[in-house]
Amino acid sequence: MARALINVPAKAARGEIIEIKTLIQHPMETGFRVGYNGAMIPRDIISNFVCAYNGVEIFRAELSSAIASNPFLTFTTVAAESGEITFKWTGDNGFEAIETAGITVA
Amino acid sequence: MKPLIQPSRIQPSRRRFMAGAAGAAALQIVTSRGASATPEAMRAEITRVTGGAPVRSGKVALDIPQLVENGNTVSMAVSVESPMTPADHVKAIHVFNEKNPQPQVISMYLGPRAGRAAVSTRIKLADTQKIIAIAQMSDGSFWSGSADVIVTIAACLEDL
Amino acid sequence: MRALRALAAGLALGLAAAGAAEIAPGERRSGYDDMGPQTRAMQDDDSANPGMFWVLDGQALWSRKEGAAQKSCADCHGGAEAGMKGVSARHPAIDAARAKPVDIEERINICRAGRQQAAPLARESKELLALTAYIARQSRGQPVSIALDAQTRSFIAQGAAIWNRRQGQLNLSCANCHDDNWGRKLAGAGVPQAHPTGYPVYRLEWQTLGSLQRRLRNCMTGMRAEAYEYGSEEFAALELYLMARAQGMAMDAPGVRP
Ligand code: HEC
Ligand code: HEC
Repeated sequence: MARALINVPAKAARGEIIEIKTLIQHPMETGFRVGYNGAMIPRDIISNFVCAYNGVEIFRAELSSAIASNPFLTFTTVAAESGEITFKWTGDNGFEAIETAGITVA
Repeated sequence: MKPLIQPSRIQPSRRRFMAGAAGAAALQIVTSRGASATPEAMRAEITRVTGGAPVRSGKVALDIPQLVENGNTVSMAVSVESPMTPADHVKAIHVFNEKNPQPQVISMYLGPRAGRAAVSTRIKLADTQKIIAIAQMSDGSFWSGSADVIVTIAACLEDL
Repeated sequence: MRALRALAAGLALGLAAAGAAEIAPGERRSGYDDMGPQTRAMQDDDSANPGMFWVLDGQALWSRKEGAAQKSCADCHGGAEAGMKGVSARHPAIDAARAKPVDIEERINICRAGRQQAAPLARESKELLALTAYIARQSRGQPVSIALDAQTRSFIAQGAAIWNRRQGQLNLSCANCHDDNWGRKLAGAGVPQAHPTGYPVYRLEWQTLGSLQRRLRNCMTGMRAEAYEYGSEEFAALELYLMARAQGMAMDAPGVRP
């Protein structure tokens, strides 16, 4: 199972712009390299990332082989209301990881 | 210059193909497969994304170290000048490169709820090259910013 | 071939051939100090440092019961935050039973075999890297504190001899680069002073975490010398010398390095 590190402030003032950082464990094998035995190492990457705030998508990314191993993404959002921010990564070989972070907005 | 792919040993490393690209590895078995990105391939990919709409330069700032310490992991931040209101905001940011095996790097979709158009990630760069970021605005216009990056070859690797 | 390039670059910058001059204590700088702001930020922020994945795995392993003894590290050592503070900063250390220096990896395996009655963990295995990363994390900011005494003296001298010996097809010593030419460029890469304060490190080149011995093997390959075996006495002595050379410098593991 892949580990992910999420950095979301636990508390924020309403209307404040907060930065969200995400880091997930993944080799991001490009599909352009030759292995030991001379055969191509098949591509194995995370190709999609979606972040939703209380169920509403606020950020999405399409990743390629040019994203470094252990993909790191940061972006911002306006702290609108208390609730849950969810993160979902999907990719080759049925890869899927979901994380959730709570936020209290006052 | 073509990106090159070479046999790897213990810990396969992208550097190997950069070493090949540096042209010094005459004895290495070097193969390449499929289309490799070129400035032309990058332009074609940009046209595909913009649908041929004009791209103006400006509003987009691309922050990448000029001299990259290791092409396997390069920090890149993109920010776009925009009020990020429902009426006037950035809808997407697309990043392209000229010399990796493929021209696309990442596409990110955002909206007024972002508050600010500022994103960052880490990318792989096969060679010294130009990186271009294009922002698609809510009014349908496209803006771009670019950066020239020098990728150095690390010393002391695992393979001979 | 890469080595040839390194040689060419070495000749181009005219690698000082003078006898290795030790770095004055006030001039010592870690690999961290040589890095660009983006790479430093990657190390400094736990939520941006991929080395933290191994730290978290190590934390989980710390309290997992293992081996015939069905004991976890925590069963004997308690919380690592207190119990392992400064431990990586004083390794390699002399193991009384062997009367030889053991690095932190070996030290963990001594407990695996002797206390948990479990099979030793392979060098560079995910689990051993995770435990070393977790233990090293507890020494962040702690000064390197190698015991400099009658017992370690001869091993430090053995490590220093390896450091200063020219070897490999390029006929270079570690000191040629790291004592005499630090701060200069070698084929584009900066030559660091080679202080081992950040290990295990997440090396951008590897795109993963690796041990100090793995890093040392990379340099030996670069010199076109035959690398010592993992877990060898030569490596234990070399690691001990490197740590003694970095005595007093702050630990910063898990580091990020180019
Ligand atoms: C030809 C020059 C050269 C020689 C000889 C050499 N190294 Fe290195 N070493 C380097 C360079 C360059 C780096 C940094 C690599 C990079 O950033 O890609 C490095 C990195 C290191 C590091 C990592 C430092 C850190 O901050 O993490 C250590 C430790 C090290 N070398 C030890 C040694 C030892 C021990 C030897 C002898 C067995 C040796 N080196 C021989 C050039 C050399
Ligand atoms: C049954 C009890 C026991 C278990 C289980 C155990 N240890 Fe130990 N450990 C000891 C004792 C006792 C020492 C003191 C040195 C000695 O004589 O072995 C020690 C010493 C150490 C040291 C050196 C500490 C220092 O201050 O230098 C490290 C590191 C260590 N253990 C790590 C571990 C790890 C990691 C695990 C789990 C994989 C583990 N130990 C499991 C009993 C245990």
